[in-house]
Amino acid sequence: MHTLQTKHLTKHFDTVKAITDLSISFEPGKITGVIGPNGSGKSTFINTLTGLTPITSGSIGVAEKVELTSIVSNDMPVYGITRTFQEVRLFEQMSVLDNILVVTTCRGWFKSIFEKHSAYHLAIAEKVLKRVGIWQFHNKLAVNLSYGQRKLLEIARVLAMSEIGKAQVIFFDEPYAGLFPEMVKLVSEIMKELRSEGKTVILVEHNMDLIRELSDKVIVLDSGTLLAEGNANHVLSRKDVVEAYLGE
Amino acid sequence: MEYIYHLAVLFTIYAGLAITLDLVVGYTGLLSVTHAAFYGFGAYATAILMTAHGFGFFPSLLVGMVISMVAALLIGFVLSRFKDDYYALVSFGFNIIVFSVFLNWQDVTRGPLGIPGIGKPELFGYTFSSTLQFLFLSAVLMLLVYGAARFLVSSSFGRVLKAIREDEKAISVFGYNTKTYKLVVFTLSAGMAAIAGSLFASYITFIDPSTFTLNESVFILAMIILGGLSNVRGAVIGALFLILLPEILRFVGFPTDIAAQMRQVVYGALLIGLMLYRPQGLMGEFKL
Repeated sequence: MHTLQTKHLTKHFDTVKAITDLSISFEPGKITGVIGPNGSGKSTFINTLTGLTPITSGSIGVAEKVELTSIVSNDMPVYGITRTFQEVRLFEQMSVLDNILVVTTCRGWFKSIFEKHSAYHLAIAEKVLKRVGIWQFHNKLAVNLSYGQRKLLEIARVLAMSEIGKAQVIFFDEPYAGLFPEMVKLVSEIMKELRSEGKTVILVEHNMDLIRELSDKVIVLDSGTLLAEGNANHVLSRKDVVEAYLGE
Repeated sequence: MEYIYHLAVLFTIYAGLAITLDLVVGYTGLLSVTHAAFYGFGAYATAILMTAHGFGFFPSLLVGMVISMVAALLIGFVLSRFKDDYYALVSFGFNIIVFSVFLNWQDVTRGPLGIPGIGKPELFGYTFSSTLQFLFLSAVLMLLVYGAARFLVSSSFGRVLKAIREDEKAISVFGYNTKTYKLVVFTLSAGMAAIAGSLFASYITFIDPSTFTLNESVFILAMIILGGLSNVRGAVIGALFLILLPEILRFVGFPTDIAAQMRQVVYGALLIGLMLYRPQGLMGEFKL
């Protein structure tokens, strides 16, 4: 059973081959680590899978039911896909609370005119903000949070998507960058919880200790192609992976 | 007293324009410089329907709103292909096109001759003929616009508009069709701006294209930047400030031979000073 599967996925920017013929599958209840040197196509890979970058060719299968050859970003929750961003992308001049509420309320424009957030939406916001430990800042503008708190708010946002049933597949794009050790521990706990809830967790990360600790499976990209795939310890000990990663 | 009532009528009209433009610029982050066109659609619909087709004020106001909203839908559809500076430039172009239509479609608009003799509003046999009576009507309509804007921005819809302003790509990943939201707010804003146009036409009883130029769009934009973007009350304060300031400067006592020029200089200097020391505007929450 795969919740997400790419078939011959290719993305070229004019003459630059960012991703070429990538066929990978992701399973529910597992954390898949995606690693690779800078420029290996990790970000492009996530962007194509979340509709931010159009696909050149190939397809994306969702839950073994839908086969997509083109994706628009606003359809992602329909397929249960959500993400965090490598460069934190918050709604800066909105409160921390509004950053969460805006992803929990209804999507239709007409209904949204007559909807204000309910106790249900507030309860979700309080729950996820408390989970990441920033509830006390809920009235602050997002722009006024520290870097670590901003990362945690992004994670709270995907937790809120999970709470409303719109996140079966969650991409974490370098979620640990710039976090204090206690925050790192918290984010790892959250990922393990999501795995135990049966979510498909895809972790793009450079820290190999965290990849070893968390990943059930590791995928290594190099120059937009699949270099290796499999158990973390096995993959990370391969000579070609070490060479690609360290440039040796 | 008549002079005060006159200023108050102008204030209500411009407050309505500022509030509706703030929905697009302040809340959604779309730098539109085409608002005078929608103001003009309302004014011309009222002027033409009342003088040439025997319509009453209120039916003509409704027709003006519909025309303005249809035009906004078409213009907004084209604008949705652009972002940031390009969006502003294209909206700028639309204002010029609409102005040219008002100026050159002489069979309908009478071009530069304008349309005189526009009637006063009547409701159940009651005519809002004096300035005070008109003030009452324009204040009620503008309070409705204010209420509608507050309702919109405090809803989930309003929260999505702010998220679009902050990061359109990010909010789209969470399932929002941002193009639709932008088109809807642009259309609603244009419809409400037409109310101000209808009021203006009936109040002055004469309109010509010179009222609906690009300068007018910039003037309305200045109101919301001064009052503070993304704040409905800020838009009202901005309108009050820019309507009253030139009038207050009349009483400063400049020598009569240079009074007009000096008023312009002081007016400009005050605006620059305000932007230097309070760039987010008088009540603003958001900087462009």
